[in-house]
Amino acid sequence: MSRNAIHGWLLLLPAFALLALFTHWPAVATIWDSFHATPRAGKAPPFVGMENYKLMLADEVFWKSLWNNLWYALGTIPLSIALAIVMALWVNSAMRGRTWLRMAFFTPTILPMIAVANIWLFFFTPQYGLLEQVLQPLGFASRNWLGSPETALACVIVVAIWKEAGFFMIFYLAALQSIPPSLAEAASIEGASRAYYFRRVVFPLLMPTTLFVLVNAIVNSVRLVDHIFVMTRGGPNNATSLLLFHVYQVGFNFWDTGYAAALTLVLLVVLALVAIGQFVFLDRKVHYQ
Amino acid sequence: MRRLETTAAWLLGLLWILPLLYAFWTAFHPPEFSTRFALFAPLTLDNFRRAWEAAPFARYFLNSFMLVTMVLAAQLVLCTLAGYAFARFDFPGKDVAFVLVLLQLMIMPDVLIVENYRTMSRLGILDSIPAIGLPYMASAFGIFLLRQTFKTVPRELDEAARVEGANALQVLWKVYVPLARPVYLAYGLVSVSYHWNNFLWPLIVTNSVHSRPVTVGLQVFSSGDQGIDWSVITAATVMTSAPLLMAFLLFQRQFVQSFMRAGIR
Repeated sequence: MSRNAIHGWLLLLPAFALLALFTHWPAVATIWDSFHATPRAGKAPPFVGMENYKLMLADEVFWKSLWNNLWYALGTIPLSIALAIVMALWVNSAMRGRTWLRMAFFTPTILPMIAVANIWLFFFTPQYGLLEQVLQPLGFASRNWLGSPETALACVIVVAIWKEAGFFMIFYLAALQSIPPSLAEAASIEGASRAYYFRRVVFPLLMPTTLFVLVNAIVNSVRLVDHIFVMTRGGPNNATSLLLFHVYQVGFNFWDTGYAAALTLVLLVVLALVAIGQFVFLDRKVHYQ
Repeated sequence: MRRLETTAAWLLGLLWILPLLYAFWTAFHPPEFSTRFALFAPLTLDNFRRAWEAAPFARYFLNSFMLVTMVLAAQLVLCTLAGYAFARFDFPGKDVAFVLVLLQLMIMPDVLIVENYRTMSRLGILDSIPAIGLPYMASAFGIFLLRQTFKTVPRELDEAARVEGANALQVLWKVYVPLARPVYLAYGLVSVSYHWNNFLWPLIVTNSVHSRPVTVGLQVFSSGDQGIDWSVITAATVMTSAPLLMAFLLFQRQFVQSFMRAGIR
């Protein structure tokens, strides 16, 4: 090996060792452990074949969490992306108070989810929460938003949208600022309406950003579960249990780590599918060069 | 039409900031005003005093501070070295190694909690601050970001320094690192806010006051025997968010630009 090659590997080595230990090894170990029972009292866990997966198929909470997670993704992703585009267009326009608006939209991004979830919990509290105080004078019936299975997941989705939209806005803002102003001028000379200009010029130019944001949003819909811990703890009746939250409960409340590994593998498969999708659909230039 | 749009934008902005305003209202007023709005309600810091006394927040803040410092320091060193290797060295297996690094963008430590917990337990470092930080120290995002930045440095600068007799590390330190300063700032802000706010992994891997960061401390506090003393919980919430919030309000432009820069790549 040449000197250059040795130097290259030496520079990479520290980071690569940590990646191997805390990303590659656990990913592989997840597969291995999902075919084994949970270790007890220091003994090597016995091979159990598909036992954990049979358990999974029969686990109602797993199926419930999978569906919830799907709804959570479908509820959060399109809305937060649409809002992010609107926000970015507003902040990028000559609107009055746009610096203030940018701050207002972006603030949720830097606040700890676990902290703001406490505030939202208070919002949704029955009887004296803010939502009730606003709705009751308008003649709406009082209800327990987080306590009823029909509304709890929607509340959790609202909080996720609130947290994410401003973050995604930033990427759109960056993209909007890179669109040459001459395009807008040309469009207005040609007499194109703003809606037409957006639909035929701006939106297509934003496509790489949208794909990038989409991947981020999908990954977040798997990852973003902090507020569940504060607002609902997965309840009522597992109405807000998401996959990662279920992994946490099985792995660290029931300490069934063998089964938790099998559940984790489901998450890894989902993420791998996203990665493959990204690789197939995304222009490689957007990411790699 | 334009005016209508401005109104809509302002309403949405107000809606977005409302939870924070609400939190401030409750935190700075006596409990009897936590759900009642009166223009001349007396202001108080009593909620903060009670929260501060009810849980070891000073220690939690110290833990969080040590955590973000440790993680950022390690990330800066590791990602700089690795990014440099990918940007300017040729070695066998480079492409495979790069893909293996990028894998972490998808398979984040946040989902590998079960196995990483086992690893920490084998290493005997459960319930320690390094255990919280270790999985995040080699950051694929940081490596990628710095690789992209280093690639834009003109080769001539690199070669000029070599001619003067500088070795690889000296070139990195004297040429590449200074030119990448804005990217370091951007990455630093993103990393600090991520790790200050991180919750699930710290929750799992810590179980004592000595290692808990503020996020976990806040959760233990608010789900404990506080009942529903909203005023105190909200005060604790505001306290937890305060360092980042203040930094953000002071350096708003840098924050926004950093997140932009980190996103564009």
